[in-house]
Amino acid sequence: MRRDSLAKRVFKSRWAYLFVAPAVIHFLVFSAYPIAATVYLSFVRFNLQGNSWIGLRNYQIALAEPVFWRSLANTALYTMVVVPVGIGIALFLSALIFPLRPSAQNFYKGAFYLPGVISAVVVSMIWLWMFDSAHGLLNYMLPTMTGGVMKPISWLGDAHIALPSLMFMAVAGGGGGAVILYLAAMGGIPATLYEAARIDGANRWTEFWRITLPLLKPTTLYLAIMGTIGSFQVFTSIYMMTRGGPNYATSTVVYRIYETAFEFLKLGRASAMALILALIIVGVSIVQFKVLGTEVEY
Amino acid sequence: MASHSHTPKLPHSHTLRWPIILAYVVLTLWAIWALLPLFWMLTTSLKETRAAIKFPPEWLPSHPTLMNYERLFARAPALRWFANSAIVAIAHTFSMLLFCSMAGYAFAKKEFPGKTAIFWGLLSTMMIPGMVLLVPLFLLVSRMGLINNFGGLILPGMVGAFGVFLMKQFIQTLPGELIDAAKIDGASEVGVYSRVILPLSKPALAVLGIFSFMGAWNDFLWPLLITQSKNMRTLAVGLATLQQESMTDYGLLMAGSAVAAIPMIIVFFAFQKHFLKGLTIGAIKG
Repeated sequence: MRRDSLAKRVFKSRWAYLFVAPAVIHFLVFSAYPIAATVYLSFVRFNLQGNSWIGLRNYQIALAEPVFWRSLANTALYTMVVVPVGIGIALFLSALIFPLRPSAQNFYKGAFYLPGVISAVVVSMIWLWMFDSAHGLLNYMLPTMTGGVMKPISWLGDAHIALPSLMFMAVAGGGGGAVILYLAAMGGIPATLYEAARIDGANRWTEFWRITLPLLKPTTLYLAIMGTIGSFQVFTSIYMMTRGGPNYATSTVVYRIYETAFEFLKLGRASAMALILALIIVGVSIVQFKVLGTEVEY
Repeated sequence: MASHSHTPKLPHSHTLRWPIILAYVVLTLWAIWALLPLFWMLTTSLKETRAAIKFPPEWLPSHPTLMNYERLFARAPALRWFANSAIVAIAHTFSMLLFCSMAGYAFAKKEFPGKTAIFWGLLSTMMIPGMVLLVPLFLLVSRMGLINNFGGLILPGMVGAFGVFLMKQFIQTLPGELIDAAKIDGASEVGVYSRVILPLSKPALAVLGIFSFMGAWNDFLWPLLITQSKNMRTLAVGLATLQQESMTDYGLLMAGSAVAAIPMIIVFFAFQKHFLKGLTIGAIKG
């Protein structure tokens, strides 16, 4: 079979190119160019009169900055708590929902997912109010529900408690999306596996650990990677609730990048920080893939 | 599901019920806990200032009032913010639907030189954290003169790699014979797209539309950077500034929050099925 020349094939495909053109042009202007520009900016001292090449200085300055390291540590800690605890809660809730009848399943799916459609700004404002140390709901409920054992807490004002408070808030959000994914995956596990296990005398507990959990691995991997990417970039709640304080106790990487770029106007250094963050995210995703990503066969 | 439960010898089947009842109790408690912030937002927004900070708090306002909403609209250009958010969200939704379905159609049903490379180039942007793009994007948009106007708010979010991917995956499942038949009947290229592909892609378009709308309505960091005057703010950014100005006026702040949250809650209830379906479609890409 004779193939047309490239020029001819391109001309024949002109409609295909027209159909992808808007997406491709948008991608070149608003994604590809900014990525290249970030790399470039990270090697220069940014100046409106003209940038000067300074090699790795931005990286050196960023990595010599104690607040940047503090922000990295805060972000890592936040992620290491919020992602696994969130997945654990979602798994637990899904296991409880799965045996219920469909109407009840749908009710709980909806109830858990609903808080997830609300913007982070609104969620942050509500929690600022619930965390309020004088009149907030939590400082009313805590002593009342524990019979006065627990005293009111300065949720966001205490440097030791502020970050845990934000983690608490992140985990308390319902976990609806993860529950829906787990339930869909649980529905895809063949019933014959459970029947076989029962013949071998397995109880529900071993069934869950030996069959359900291993077969949910792809979902868990997906949730772990997406959750990590998301929580490494946590910004809105920090901006709204603590501005990184008190004393940098809740400063996260993205909040630090925001400050560096748009408050201190150190655009080169901020670009270096953003690329360091991107490398960390890619690295962590690869590790998660290696650890959780073993093939699953039914 | 009954076939999944372990069935030891039990005198009556209903003695198995207690774990189910326990599950209902735990799930209901978690549902209450998850929805508590929203409930508290609405309750507080309907209380007058002194009642809002009353101790112990009232779960339901004893004298419900719309005072906070009146103050919100009198004090802040909240209506303008609402309109800005709506304009941006609707523009994003329609441009995503149009451009992503166009590209998705070509990637799914057409062969052309460079197709694989272009497709993977587009997809690779899905993995890149948004923060990496932010600084140059801001410089670019300011050089284009789009700071503090709708151009700057709308342009960068008009197409998304995820949308292209979603549409391609869906359109791939449509039978190619339909396209051939339409062509034999004399349909043009645009006609095939608009009269065959688009109508058949409604389920995927619904999912993409909802998530685009939600993403744009709830977006914060970009509009925060790109808007400067009070009148150009979106609702999310406007609320953030309102919060800085009136720190502890919780009745007012909760009224503002409710105004931002209620449209999404309505969208959720109107399109609940699509929301739940959209999530699982998104995960398949893994």
